[in-house]
Amino acid sequence: MSEPTKQATNAGPAAGAAGTEPEPLLRVTDLAKHFPITKGILKRRVGAVQAVDGLSFDVRPGETLGVVGESGCGKSTMGRLVTRLLEPTGGKVEFEGRDITHLSAGRMRPMRRDVQMIFQDPFGSLNPRHTVGGIVATPFRLQGVTPDGGVKKEVQRLLELVGLNPEHYNRYPHEFSGGQRQRIGIARALALKPKLVVADEPVSALDVSIQAQVVNLLDDLQDELGLTYVIIAHDLSVIRHVSDRIAVMYLGKIVELADRDALYSSPMHPYTKALLSAVPVPDPKRRGAKSERILLKGDVPSPISPPSGCRFHTRCWKATDVCATKEPPLLEIAPGHRTACHHPENAPDQQPQDTEKVLVTPGKPAPVPAQKKGGDEGTQEQKPAK
Amino acid sequence: MSDDTHKDAATKDASAAAKDTAAKDSAGKGAAGKAEGAREFLSVRDLRIHFDTDDGLVKSVDGVSFDLKAGQTLGIVGESGSGKSVTSLGIMGLHTSDRARISGEIWLDGEELIGADKQRVRELRGQKMAMIFQDPLSALHPYYTVGAQIVEAYRVHNKADKKTARKRAVEMLDRVGIPEPARRFNDFPHQFSGGMRQRAMIAMALVNNPQLLIADEPTTALDVTVQAQILDLIRDLQKEFGSAVVMITHDLGVVAEIADRLLVMYAGRCIERGTSEQVFEHPQHPYTWGLLGSMPRIDREQTDRLVPVKGAPPSLINVPSGCAFHPRCPYADVPPDNVTRTERPELRETTGGHFSACHMTREQREKIWTEEIAPKL
Amino acid sequence: MAAYIIRRVFAAVLLLLVVSAVTFAIFYLLPRAAGQSIQSMAAQYVGKSPDPDVIKAVIKNLGLDQPIYEQYWHFIKGLVAGANYSFGPDPAHCSAPCFGYSFKTHTAVWPQIQQRAPITFSLAIGAAVIWLITGISTGILSALKRGSIWDRLAMGISLMGVSLPMFFTGLALLALFSFNWLHIWNVHYVSFVDNPAQWAWNLILPWVSLAFLYSALYARLTRAGMLETMGEDYIRTARAKGLVERKVIVKHGLRSALTPLITIFGMDFALLLGGAVITESVFSFQGLGAYAIQGVTDNDLPIVMGVTLLTAFFIVVCNLLVDLVYAAIDPRVRLS
Repeated sequence: MSEPTKQATNAGPAAGAAGTEPEPLLRVTDLAKHFPITKGILKRRVGAVQAVDGLSFDVRPGETLGVVGESGCGKSTMGRLVTRLLEPTGGKVEFEGRDITHLSAGRMRPMRRDVQMIFQDPFGSLNPRHTVGGIVATPFRLQGVTPDGGVKKEVQRLLELVGLNPEHYNRYPHEFSGGQRQRIGIARALALKPKLVVADEPVSALDVSIQAQVVNLLDDLQDELGLTYVIIAHDLSVIRHVSDRIAVMYLGKIVELADRDALYSSPMHPYTKALLSAVPVPDPKRRGAKSERILLKGDVPSPISPPSGCRFHTRCWKATDVCATKEPPLLEIAPGHRTACHHPENAPDQQPQDTEKVLVTPGKPAPVPAQKKGGDEGTQEQKPAK
Repeated sequence: MSDDTHKDAATKDASAAAKDTAAKDSAGKGAAGKAEGAREFLSVRDLRIHFDTDDGLVKSVDGVSFDLKAGQTLGIVGESGSGKSVTSLGIMGLHTSDRARISGEIWLDGEELIGADKQRVRELRGQKMAMIFQDPLSALHPYYTVGAQIVEAYRVHNKADKKTARKRAVEMLDRVGIPEPARRFNDFPHQFSGGMRQRAMIAMALVNNPQLLIADEPTTALDVTVQAQILDLIRDLQKEFGSAVVMITHDLGVVAEIADRLLVMYAGRCIERGTSEQVFEHPQHPYTWGLLGSMPRIDREQTDRLVPVKGAPPSLINVPSGCAFHPRCPYADVPPDNVTRTERPELRETTGGHFSACHMTREQREKIWTEEIAPKL
Repeated sequence: MAAYIIRRVFAAVLLLLVVSAVTFAIFYLLPRAAGQSIQSMAAQYVGKSPDPDVIKAVIKNLGLDQPIYEQYWHFIKGLVAGANYSFGPDPAHCSAPCFGYSFKTHTAVWPQIQQRAPITFSLAIGAAVIWLITGISTGILSALKRGSIWDRLAMGISLMGVSLPMFFTGLALLALFSFNWLHIWNVHYVSFVDNPAQWAWNLILPWVSLAFLYSALYARLTRAGMLETMGEDYIRTARAKGLVERKVIVKHGLRSALTPLITIFGMDFALLLGGAVITESVFSFQGLGAYAIQGVTDNDLPIVMGVTLLTAFFIVVCNLLVDLVYAAIDPRVRLS
């Protein structure tokens, strides 16, 4: 967020390449979470929702990693996995070099001081029967920590830090507006001076004018406290504003991971490109300028039986045979810019020999594990140009 | 748009007045290329919708006026509690609670709706004016098939047998881009994806070829790629049927995509109104500046900081005195004599068809906009 | 749908087996776990001066000396195929389904149940019809005219209905219409087969007193459900279509508002089928409830167990029916 950070993160190539690279704060390798689907009285396992399937990324100290994707892409599951609110099915999560993938709740507890989470719903995540002071002080109680100067003083300091009146210590959540409640949630998350804060849709429930206040607050706190953020959101404008690097997810996988500017100026994955082009722009002059817009057809396929090969191939206008058969690895195609695509945009084709387009006519089932009542997924076409 | 202040809002024959002023209003650029000076299809005059609650009188809508021609799209923008949804439900006559106090005038195609026979308003609902809602899953009845619900909407207003109605419903499903419409006709809402459900809602709303479509946050619950599909669909359908569209949203991006005219609401009142170009390029009200400054823009150079509006929207029971926005306005002290705190600003025309309700003079606003606000956006 | 039904029926049978095992364990295992010897358990069934030989015979007859799983097996076998009890001079056959044999009354439990069930069923069915009609219609009207005099009056009366104990209402009705004031009714049970008109006439007071409580409850539930449903988005959609209000209420509102009532009705009705204990004793009806009371006061285990099992059976069956009705009404249930 802050400029110095940006330069630092822009300097080195992707994780683990150069020796100058700082040790990542959080390293995630092949992370997977499958929720089993059971059927019948005997709870026979008939399949799994592959919410998250093979994620690998690093989070460097002091940076903000934005994670963006549409509903069902697994971004929230990812957030709950790295904070260990969910037990991963596979892969590895390392925090400051320490493997925390399968730490028991007890052994995870000291870790919780360093990793905190902010939730989307400022209404649901605060206990209505506790005072604000009590809510913000909860982490001290749970961790058995007594801050310097006493709990009350520290809580009031925190309230002031997030822009709330410290005199409101004894009020209840319902006396606050949505934006203020989100500030309370942030104060609670910051109580134990965490190193990493994972924020799941921190502003999406708020009104536009309030949204900006909270975004600025997160920004200030990062500068002031040297926090590292993983911010999960569906709003591409917000993500662009807050992030240093951005991971784009689709159906449980990261399809592109790059520095903010690189991602927005020259997206490589077709999905990223479609996503960016779909964002409505508050500029009436561009009204009806459809030519720039890539309209993806149909819906995201079910994560129970994701398409073979590249999971996006059923909706991709560039898809060829290889896309349906071979899963593209997340490769560093340009410095610091990784994408999982056989035929990336703004970069050399990874499978130039394969030119046979997979084009499916609407209404016909695509050559993918079609889910029941599949609708028209599997068809895709670019909007006729100009 | 007319030069309706609250005084002439009370004009008895509003439709005549609207007709009269519409001729003057040469700024109207209908998306569908409607002839200029066409009759206003929808005229709202000084609409007030108040609710008696145990906590006091809630003035959800407090004097809103606007006009809309056939083929045009009006965007109503505002944050939660600004009264934008209440306005739209008021037009549809859907405030059924006996605690609602509605006054003002709503002229739909030359017909007054407020105070009109309830039976008549019901006949117009779904036929001449239709509405789609934010959350299509809860807006569709979970127990009936999507097809049955569309058929019902058709048969309310048409003496058609089931077969004809079914044919019409399948036709509509097809038109809104639902694949295999004849099969999906028999599916229940929960078997549709979010985007498909909203398409089905649109099919249901348009089954009787309404001339006015009110869309209340139709894409807020949807993903951005699906949102693009739905906005595209609404635009196409509007072009095809030449209907007037009222698009209610909190998302400035969405209105910029689709609306010809804009109405910005704050605390139940209209604080700025004009064409999209006017409002986006020369916003005249500090609240509109605040909205624009709060939004991270994907189409501009990265800004370091957003410029939010301080504070939170007011409670509608205790609306601030004078200009409702004054407690949050950084320029509340620019006009002299504390007038922002004591007097409610009227909507005043700045340039042709561009209105705003602010006590600052036009010059003061122009200066602040060009020197302080615009460079930061 | 067929697969769903089969699965549910299969589950219901399993559930009944589990219930029977648990009931059996409670009545035959718990006393022993609490330290009662099989001798003292058997002694309850003989006279005041227990002859050790007789006790031994009882133990043998009841199979108390056998391991518990053997006893349970005999019990289940009896249910399916019937059982023989030889006690004293007269051997008794207890034909299937044998719910046990009461040694205190020297009768098998099942014929008693058969004899008493019609009384309880008559009570339950009649009352249910009354309370469904009055309760639901009152609830709907109250919800639609919320805040009106009618609503307040109805909710006031229903508060009374919910708060007044059954025996009060019953006794008050009896006092008013049978004993003291108006001698209209001489309430006693007459079989439906013998004289349908008399059957209905005599049951009016018990029905009304039983239905009063439930009507009040159902009126409140219906009102709450209706108010909630009428605030749903899809009701707004129905109005936005231009449907007439009557159709909005009946077609879009009622169906959703009443669905949750089905579950509650299933439970209430099943419990009543197992014996309307208080109503039966207030009106001196010899139904299943009275039978259960008899079993409890006499410490006659086979009777208590028989009635308990029967009630469990009704609950399981009603639950199954409720689920099937649900699946028929709500398409979301069918698919998940």
